[in-house]
Amino acid sequence: MTATAIPSPVTLTPAARTARRTRFLHWIGVHSLAIAAALFFVLPFVFIFLTALMSDQQALTRDLWPDSWHWENLRTVWETPGFLTWWKNTLLYAGLGTALTLLSSIPVAYALARFTFRGRNVVLMLVIATMMLPPQVVIVPMYLFWAKQLHLSGTLWPLIIPMAFTDAFSVFLLRQFLLTIPKDYVDAAKVDGCGEFKALVRIVLPMAKPAIAAVALFQFFYCWNDYFGPQIYASENPAAWTLSYGLESFKGAHHTNWNLTMAATLLVMAPVIILFFFAQKAFIEGVTLTGVKG
Amino acid sequence: MTSLRQKHRTETLRNLAFLSPWLIGVSVFFLYPLVSTVYFSFMKYDGFTPPTWTGWKNWQYVFTDYPFFWPALRNTLWLVVVMVTLRVVFGLGIGLLITKVKTGAGFFRTAFYLPYLAPPVAATMAFAFLLNPGTGPVNSILGSIGLPQPGWFNDPAWSKPALTMLALWGIGDLMVIFMASLLDVPQEQYEAASLDGAGAWQRFRYVTLPNISPIVLFAVVTGVIQTMQYYTQPLVAGKVASGVIGGAGQQFEPGYPDKSTLTLPQLVYHLGFQRFDTGGASVIALVLFALAMVFTAFLMRSMSERSVA
Repeated sequence: MTATAIPSPVTLTPAARTARRTRFLHWIGVHSLAIAAALFFVLPFVFIFLTALMSDQQALTRDLWPDSWHWENLRTVWETPGFLTWWKNTLLYAGLGTALTLLSSIPVAYALARFTFRGRNVVLMLVIATMMLPPQVVIVPMYLFWAKQLHLSGTLWPLIIPMAFTDAFSVFLLRQFLLTIPKDYVDAAKVDGCGEFKALVRIVLPMAKPAIAAVALFQFFYCWNDYFGPQIYASENPAAWTLSYGLESFKGAHHTNWNLTMAATLLVMAPVIILFFFAQKAFIEGVTLTGVKG
Repeated sequence: MTSLRQKHRTETLRNLAFLSPWLIGVSVFFLYPLVSTVYFSFMKYDGFTPPTWTGWKNWQYVFTDYPFFWPALRNTLWLVVVMVTLRVVFGLGIGLLITKVKTGAGFFRTAFYLPYLAPPVAATMAFAFLLNPGTGPVNSILGSIGLPQPGWFNDPAWSKPALTMLALWGIGDLMVIFMASLLDVPQEQYEAASLDGAGAWQRFRYVTLPNISPIVLFAVVTGVIQTMQYYTQPLVAGKVASGVIGGAGQQFEPGYPDKSTLTLPQLVYHLGFQRFDTGGASVIALVLFALAMVFTAFLMRSMSERSVA
């Protein structure tokens, strides 16, 4: 086979053709892998969804596809006694907790990013240490403090009040971002007669909006997802349960009904996922801020 | 002189004002309970009758007689070696993949990231259903293609692998971190390597890895620290798989099946809040504290090398 084709204007040289074929094979390879990975990440959601809409009888079988679609399962879950209270409690915990965290953490993060003072490194080390601390380490004395001295067990206040006194992770994240704002802006404002606090509110905060949004989202999610906190302080009083804590008891009440349990699971996941679509950018920025950019 | 001293004093007051929320917070919610935990670790206290001094008895009990301590430590080691390693490798792989995808990149990025956002309790319950040996979709599919069907969360040999799958499902955080660092690798270095005749693997080995090694280290160390905090997923998986959930007051002995899902944070709850053994719980808390701080020190060192902190 020595016949060589006469190159016409439209055919490519053999080298270019090989390069194009390699690129095409590469494209196929990468995208097949991506589709396989997508199946791993998406299929669990699909199965949860399909099972949530099955009839009670079918949910006990190995079937993957519902024979008939029972959308009323979602309503049954919604109308379960307590479910609405858990919603309200979760929103209170997450909403108030996030607001308090921002109010208390922003000035501290600003001081750590801008001021030089003796012991600043010690403060920073303590912030990082408390950020990495498992909450179980201090839970015994903390429980005694809230329950025996302040009589606040059976409520979510032992979880909300500490957020008025900063959250280590939020302080750290905000500081990392504030470091990137040039000092000149603040200095210029001070020349114009602004005090340090005024400069923070007027100049720095508007510039730090993306970081504040990211921190707010993380804190909101932390509260939304928290299981250990409500388990310690609220378990004795179902009227104070949150969604993450109550969800589990749902499985207990509907012992064999995977369909209703999955419907409840779906309803707990949904708000987080909806929020994500609205705030995608802030999220991704927040995750990359956690310790990579520096 | 006076004005300089005065300026210094105003600055100190200003610093204290800005730091005051943190100063109160760290004293009341960290330093005080830490000291108190050390105190309780030498006390016999059930939460009702006044505490009495017992010396090293609680420590001795936890290390020699408490049947859950060593299994929990062994599980933690297993999770550090297997789960953390797989998460870093998988996160890097998914991060690499997403930087190479040309068509539908937005869809894939969202699909890979979303599971990370699923609340841990919800995600764990979902996996307990997906992997339940009787009617779960995973075993249905494995059965229909003639593969063995493990007991997953109901089998001590498979419960930690099942938890690992759950952890890999929520890889979104690492994916984003690796993606960002991969995009920061200077393009010229790849071009230079290609000119020198480096293949894909050699480019990865000699260009990509050296550039992202600080991020790999960061992922490993934070992964280990997260393992020290690993609580909700193993506890809920054990509860759901064992069938022992029924609202408030019901006692669940953690670790189902056969202590295979025990982790140290669960022991603090078990001793302190189920057995009312404040002393024993405090000992576990201090062990946990020591472990978490050792790895946090590692983290701080690696961060200060990269001048983050």
